[in-house]
Amino acid sequence: MLRLYYLCILLATVVLSVDLISCSKKIQNLPVEKAILTGAPFVPPLIERKSPAKVVVELEVREVVKRLADGVDYTFWTFGGNVPGKFIRVREGDFVEFHLANHSSSKLPHNIDLHAVTGPGGGATSSFTAPGHKSQFSFLAMNPGLYVYHCATAPVGMHVANGMYGLILVQPKEGFEKVDREYYVMQSDFYTEGAYGEKGLQPFSMNKAIAEDATYVVFNGAVGALTGENALPAKVGEKIRLFVGNGGPNLISSFHVIGEIFDAVYTEGGMGKNQHNVQTTLIPAGGSSIVEFKLDVPGTFIIVDHSIFRAFSKGALGMLKVEGPENKLIYSGKEVDEIYIESAASSAGTKTSQIITTKTYENKGEQLFSQNCAMCHQDKGQGVAGVFPPLAGSDYLRKITASNDRSQLLKIVLKGLSGKIIVNGKEYNNVMTPVAGLTDEDLVELLNYVTNSWGNRASKFTADEIKKAKARL
Amino acid sequence: MKLKKQKLVYSFLIIFFLSGSQEYALSQSKKIRIQGGNFIPLFQSGEEKKPQRVDTFFMGAYPVTNDQFYTFVQKNPMWQKNSVSVLSAESEYLKHWREGKPLKEHGNKPVTYVSWFAAHAYCEWEGGRLPNVLEWEYVARANEKKKNASTDEDFIKQLLGWYSKPFDFEKMSEVGASLQNIWGVYDMHGLVWEWNYDFNSVFVTSDSRQDKDVLNSLFCGAGAMGASDKKNYAAFMRYALRSSLKAHYTLSNLGFRCVYSDNVAR
Repeated sequence: MLRLYYLCILLATVVLSVDLISCSKKIQNLPVEKAILTGAPFVPPLIERKSPAKVVVELEVREVVKRLADGVDYTFWTFGGNVPGKFIRVREGDFVEFHLANHSSSKLPHNIDLHAVTGPGGGATSSFTAPGHKSQFSFLAMNPGLYVYHCATAPVGMHVANGMYGLILVQPKEGFEKVDREYYVMQSDFYTEGAYGEKGLQPFSMNKAIAEDATYVVFNGAVGALTGENALPAKVGEKIRLFVGNGGPNLISSFHVIGEIFDAVYTEGGMGKNQHNVQTTLIPAGGSSIVEFKLDVPGTFIIVDHSIFRAFSKGALGMLKVEGPENKLIYSGKEVDEIYIESAASSAGTKTSQIITTKTYENKGEQLFSQNCAMCHQDKGQGVAGVFPPLAGSDYLRKITASNDRSQLLKIVLKGLSGKIIVNGKEYNNVMTPVAGLTDEDLVELLNYVTNSWGNRASKFTADEIKKAKARL
Repeated sequence: MKLKKQKLVYSFLIIFFLSGSQEYALSQSKKIRIQGGNFIPLFQSGEEKKPQRVDTFFMGAYPVTNDQFYTFVQKNPMWQKNSVSVLSAESEYLKHWREGKPLKEHGNKPVTYVSWFAAHAYCEWEGGRLPNVLEWEYVARANEKKKNASTDEDFIKQLLGWYSKPFDFEKMSEVGASLQNIWGVYDMHGLVWEWNYDFNSVFVTSDSRQDKDVLNSLFCGAGAMGASDKKNYAAFMRYALRSSLKAHYTLSNLGFRCVYSDNVAR
């Protein structure tokens, strides 16, 4: 019985070791290469290999004080010295030998959980590293996709909140279409004791982090990391691929590029263009997305989290600057730029006009003028030189009131006037919209006010005259 | 008895030759009486979160300095940098010393780049021992005003502030420069990390291979599972640091202090 037991053990050992040997032989025969790591917004070059390799990744954790916004510093904990961490690119089937170093100036131990790893903790337990030490572990990159990696040392929320995340791309073995430009963009939220923009070295706020009340929401680790001279450059006609990650720790991103439509989206960073013509794609905290689009027209395209207060009040704003020839067929640029004049009818019942009526007027005519005409002709009929002709002392107006047919004036009011006219020797070429919603009585009051104010003199209009003139229009 | 006498003679010699100021040397080895009590630590090995009993003990008022450790090394040559066993200390052991002794400007700074074995040996030589996690945490939760400030917002902020800052070896203060708590103990926070006798006991109770699950509980979401106070981030960080250590590790920012069962001068 005992002998059988020993035999069993012996057999098991032999089988196991043969298995191990063949496994390690397979790995030994792989070509070895050192991974090219890049800092955001750059991405390592496309892997054109057709077979697997053993890829050595060396990543160093550093705790550093850097700029979070203008005049605002923060102590970032980083994978590679910057937030987000270095971009890692491997190919499906690669055997990855991972070296994690923790700089001796670090106050804390750190580790790495790569979502691309199949195994407990995603590498976290195997890479737990004290300050001034190094750890090594290996994994097989089995599933193609774009994955987040992050530190998972307790308190994990704080390690992530301080900047410990990045992206690892496992390229599919079938190959990956070459595009003109690839960029690395990673969103994340920061929680500081001071309010947004409060100067100085800002400490981490545990309470705000727990309440998920972000002080900053940024792309690539700082306000302005992708704007102005840091904007992502591109050219008309190019095809762009953005590898977008969301480090969190708390917020979900509504990722959007203003003025572009994503031709294709690899939703949640899974491999395969599963969606086309997408305006905004949702990126979970600890998740990613790949978006592709062709650039058809030049200009600055704003990258935002479309939870829009984050973009304009917390920093989630980036820019893609596209240079090249215009294409008016796709986008014209501004064709008309003019003042919009609301018609009286649509605003008559609004609160705004009610507020205006609380003003005291000499008479009904003044009130009607104020409500319908003064926005262009101004409160004393003086107009705006070159834009809105004056009514006060206007030779154009006098000519009409002095003529036999004063109905011309009524026509202007009720039908509007557009095109070139000369008033007091000055040319005006604009559009006056019709004034609607006035009763005959109103028109009498209004016209009498205009023709007998600011030095204007004319005989009074009557309801009868208005009625007759209206009939002839 | 003979040993005790010898040590007494040594201490006089130390005081006489090294410090120049008798008072200072005495204060450096000053011990503080810590009245025992009950408290619930952040992590404990058992399932239950029950208060743990801490017996009265005496604690070094300051972390052990380079000068103090130099005296020890002179008397115990096996702890010299060039003779220490690779099993009991890493190659970085006493990295900051030159020609077997500390730089003058490091004299009153806490000794770092020391392994658990070395720290343990020092305390034994002094007639004490390394504080266990329970004792250390019991004293560490005090601030200037309260013996238990572990839920004090400002205290937590202060600690997080220190834990968040990268360490700058050159700018390290001398002992006694940072927080003195209500017990009269200095530098529990804000200077260097400190070795504990049972630094890995919370996670590895008897067999490190079988206790993997306990260790894993410090990572990611699981980190909060066994904790008694989920908001005590500062304590999480101390436990995390401890569990990343191995007894032969020597870190630039890891020192130690000793505790004693009585206040007898040695």
